[in-house]
Amino acid sequence: MSITVNDLQKTVSLGLTTALKTSRINFNQLLIEINVEDLYSTILYLKTNDKCRFKQLIDITAVDYPEKYNRFKIVYLFLSHENNLRILLNINIEEKTSVPSISKIFPSANWMEREVFDMYGISFKDHPDLRKILTDYGFEGYPLRKDFPLTGYTEVRYSEDKKKVISEPVKLDQEYRDFDFESPWEGTKYIKEEKQKDEIKN
Amino acid sequence: MAKQTKTMNLNFGPQHPAAHGVLRLILELDGEVVEKIDPHIGLLHRGTEKLIEHKTYTQAVPYFDRLDYVAPMNQEHAFTLAIEKLLNIEVPIRGQYIRVLFCEIGRILSHLLNITTQAIDVGALTPSLWGFEERETLMTFYERVSGSRLHANYFRPGGVHKDLPRGLSDDILSFCNSFPKVINDIETLLTDNRIFKQRNVNIGVVTKQEALEHSFSGVMLRGSGIAWDLRKSQPYECYQDIDFKIPIGKNGDCYDRYLCRIEEMRESVKIIRNCIKKMPTGPIKSIDGKITPPKRKDLKNSMESLIHHFKLFSEGFRVPKGEIYTAVEAPKGEFGVYLISDGSNKPYKCKIRAPGFSHLQSMDYLMKGHMLADVPAVLGSLDVVFGEVDR
Repeated sequence: MSITVNDLQKTVSLGLTTALKTSRINFNQLLIEINVEDLYSTILYLKTNDKCRFKQLIDITAVDYPEKYNRFKIVYLFLSHENNLRILLNINIEEKTSVPSISKIFPSANWMEREVFDMYGISFKDHPDLRKILTDYGFEGYPLRKDFPLTGYTEVRYSEDKKKVISEPVKLDQEYRDFDFESPWEGTKYIKEEKQKDEIKN
Repeated sequence: MAKQTKTMNLNFGPQHPAAHGVLRLILELDGEVVEKIDPHIGLLHRGTEKLIEHKTYTQAVPYFDRLDYVAPMNQEHAFTLAIEKLLNIEVPIRGQYIRVLFCEIGRILSHLLNITTQAIDVGALTPSLWGFEERETLMTFYERVSGSRLHANYFRPGGVHKDLPRGLSDDILSFCNSFPKVINDIETLLTDNRIFKQRNVNIGVVTKQEALEHSFSGVMLRGSGIAWDLRKSQPYECYQDIDFKIPIGKNGDCYDRYLCRIEEMRESVKIIRNCIKKMPTGPIKSIDGKITPPKRKDLKNSMESLIHHFKLFSEGFRVPKGEIYTAVEAPKGEFGVYLISDGSNKPYKCKIRAPGFSHLQSMDYLMKGHMLADVPAVLGSLDVVFGEVDR
């Protein structure tokens, strides 16, 4: 009944034909890459196809590559209990592209997409309820982007004068130090500084 | 005349004893019947994933203790497994057995907390007094092996930090002998208790299909009758050499999930016994000096060990480029780590897949049409810990 990873690779490449950009086997998990336009149909195929049967969505996440043209890689993880196999689905998108929501196929995608939106600022088309989820009420910015500083921009404290909790810009007594032990003589390169340098040059 | 109804909004939490942490629920009620639930999470968000990106692999391990702080070592396990797979190193057999031993202790810790606090939510106080006494004993085992009761930082890439101290395995064995009686005692208080059954049977029913679609895992999945446990289906470490059973529920309600957890504790005791019996002697961590630190004693005599030690605790080790998703069967369900390495000494990206996140998400669909008083009962049986939901 159950199939191996190699069989799955064949099935998927036959079933998806042109939609499939690349596929490879990575630590006994199939890793495929597709275009954002084919996302909805591909996931529907993976869920409903008799051989694939990826009935469970495990997680959705994104990876930020600020130096690339297609800045974000979105990763969908699926699990098939019947076949005892996992599949990773990747799409690469630009910063402004909005991704079709799959919460109609998998209801659990709702919060996962909300989390990706909250952390990376990627918007999802036709999402029933695209609000922030993990960050504080009134928080601004997308914390998991690589150009977001580890210390953040604002800090929260209780103000005795105003008798309420207020947020104000971060004030550090000592600059945050990120030691780079790989090249101790050169110091750390910060993405933001590098970007600013490039902007000045241009 | 048409009957007029009006729904009422009720705010539950974020500081509420039955919320099991900092959960805020916005309930829409029609009389006492729940129409809609909107959980607000993130009140315990600490940015773990962001912090991990700025730490070396060894420094990132303690963050995993702080996710599900009820069973810390199970989390560390997922992360260290991911690193080991990318590095392509093997953990020595004794190390594997020690890991499994402490994972099962973590499972008992977590289930004890869940069963007893869920009993509190539905009105039974005594089980928690009995259960917490046993948890204290288990946490002293944690303390003896790692130095701390909760935030162990004991599993390290390549093995575990230290070998078991003298006498510990005998004490764990004697715990294994006395603990089944405590499970029985707790069961006499709950399993056939009329009030407990009234509050749990047929409450929060999940069908097989729904359990899959809502990304349930662990007991939430098994309670609905799906035979799935990563320890059996995708065995890691030495689980395939150990004989144990997977308890499965039938109806998928809160009561079945409770029964599953009770049975799982019994199986865990069996696994622990098995581990101690089969545990061979030998090294407890990989002997690759570029990954695991040298012995303290060697630092005084060997220049190479000194250099290795210095480099490991400043620069850390480098992990080859690659990406991987590894999952372990944590007490609460499938706990996974999706790790991307760019070849440096820090993870490029580390996504933590917490089981509680998708379980909590289903609150809205689980509670529709239930009474307000069932909210704490269902919430309790979901087994959420906000350390891992909010990350």
